Amino acid sequence: MIEITQEFTDKVFSILADVCDSEEIKANPNMKLFDEGLLDSFGTISLVVEFEQQLNISVPISDFNRDDWATPMMIVQQLAKRK
Amino acid sequence: MISFIPYASFRFFCLIAVLLLPVIILGLMGKRNLLYNDCVAILMTFLIFAAQPAQLISFLIFIIWEAVLIRGYLALRARKNTGLYFYIAIVLSVLPLFLVKLSADVTSLSVLGFLGISYVSFKSIQMIIDIRDGLLKEVPLSQFFRFITFFPTISSGPIDRYRRFKSDMDQIPSALTYRTLLYHGLNKIFLGFLYKYIIGYLIHKYWMGSPLLDSNTFSSILLYMYGYSMYLFFDFAGYSHFAIGVSSLMGIQTPENFNKPFLSRNIKDFWNRWHMSLSFWFRDFIYMRFVYTAVKNKWLKNRYLISDIGITVNFLVMGFWHGFMLHYIIYGIYHAIAFILFDKFERWNKTHHLWAKDNPWVHGLSIVITFHVVCFSFLIFSGRLNFLW
Repeated sequence: MIEITQEFTDKVFSILADVCDSEEIKANPNMKLFDEGLLDSFGTISLVVEFEQQLNISVPISDFNRDDWATPMMIVQQLAKRK
Repeated sequence: MISFIPYASFRFFCLIAVLLLPVIILGLMGKRNLLYNDCVAILMTFLIFAAQPAQLISFLIFIIWEAVLIRGYLALRARKNTGLYFYIAIVLSVLPLFLVKLSADVTSLSVLGFLGISYVSFKSIQMIIDIRDGLLKEVPLSQFFRFITFFPTISSGPIDRYRRFKSDMDQIPSALTYRTLLYHGLNKIFLGFLYKYIIGYLIHKYWMGSPLLDSNTFSSILLYMYGYSMYLFFDFAGYSHFAIGVSSLMGIQTPENFNKPFLSRNIKDFWNRWHMSLSFWFRDFIYMRFVYTAVKNKWLKNRYLISDIGITVNFLVMGFWHGFMLHYIIYGIYHAIAFILFDKFERWNKTHHLWAKDNPWVHGLSIVITFHVVCFSFLIFSGRLNFLW
C-alpha cells in the first residue's frame, strides 16, 4: 500500500488515456470505462502489461474484474493497494 | 431407480421443497446449519445420479481425481512456481472432459461421462489457474467438495468462481438479507417455470414441431431458425433461473447467465449477455490469458493480430467443447469470424463515425442485424443444416 500522490495518479491516468485512446479520462476520473466502451478485454491486457512495465506493479489478469476496476479512480486505488 | 435430474421433473421440485424447508426456516432466523446442508448435498448427489449408477461411480472418481490434482498442485506450487507444473496440472484436469467430448467420435469413451462433467471441470480448472496466480493459497477439502458438488448448479451451471462462492459460504446472511434472497429465489424459480415449462415448451411443441418446418426449403429453414433460437433461449434461461433461484434459497448468489441477449447491439455485446458464466469463463481463462502471455513475451509485434488469434482460439475451443462434431466447429469458427470482423469495424468506425452510437434508429438496426447473425449461428449449431455438408 502506498500513499496516492498526485504524481502517481497522473502517471496512471496517462497510461489509461493511452490505452483507451481517450483524453476524456483525465477530466472525468469517475467514468465507467467498460460501460462506456472505452475498455474491453483486449484493452485490459494492454493496461496490465503497461502497469507492469511502467509502474512495476503486477496484477494477475484474473484479478482484474470489471466491478472493482470500473473507473480511473478505482484503478488508481487498486494499484496503490498492490504497490 | 427413479431419476432426479435437476429441474427435469415435478418430483425433483417436490424433493427439494421438502429438503430445503429446514434451510429456509433457519435462513429466516439468520442461521445456517452446515451439517444439514452437507447431508443434503450428499443425498442430492446420490439421487441425481441414482438412475445411472455408472455415472455416479464416474462422478465420484472424477471429484477425487480433481481433488488430488488441486491439492497436489497447491503443494508443488508452494515449493516452486513453474509453468511446467501448472501446464501438467491443467492437462490432467482437462483430460476427463476431453475424453468424454471425444466420445462423440469414439463411443467406447462415453462410459467415463456423467451429467454436468463440463461444468464441474470448468470449476476445477479455474481453481488451478487461481492457484497459479497466487490468488488461492489454501483449499480445504470440505470447501472444495461443497463448491464442486453444489447441486443447484451441478448439471449445467451457471459456472461460479471458487473465491466468490467461498465468500458466500463464509458469510451467513442476516435474517433480513435472507428474506430478500428468499423472495429473489422464489421469483426466479417461478420465472424458470414460465420460461422453460410454458414458453419453451409451447415453442418446442407447436412451432418447432410444426410439419411446415420439415422440408428443406428456405422458408422452412428460416422458420426453424427463429423457433430454435427462441427455444434455446427460453429453455436454457429457464433452467438458469431455477439454478440461480435454488442457489439463492441456500444463501448462495450464483452469477447470472442471461441478460436480454436478443437485444444485443453487436456480437461483442451478445457474448456479454448470452450464457454469461460460460463466455466470461472462456474470456478470462482462454482469450485473456492467451493474449496476455503473447503480448508480454512479444510473440508477435502486432497486438491486434494477437487478439484475433486469441479470439479464434477462444471460439474454436468453445466449438470443440460442445462436441467434436463438424457443425459445432463451424459454429465456433463462425463466431470467431463475426467477432473479429466486428472488432475491425469498431476500430475503423472510431475514426470514420459511420455508425452513430446514440441514434435510436441505428441502435434498432444494430439489434436486428445482431439478432440475425446470432440466430444463423444457432441454426448451424442445431445441426439443421447438416444436410449441406
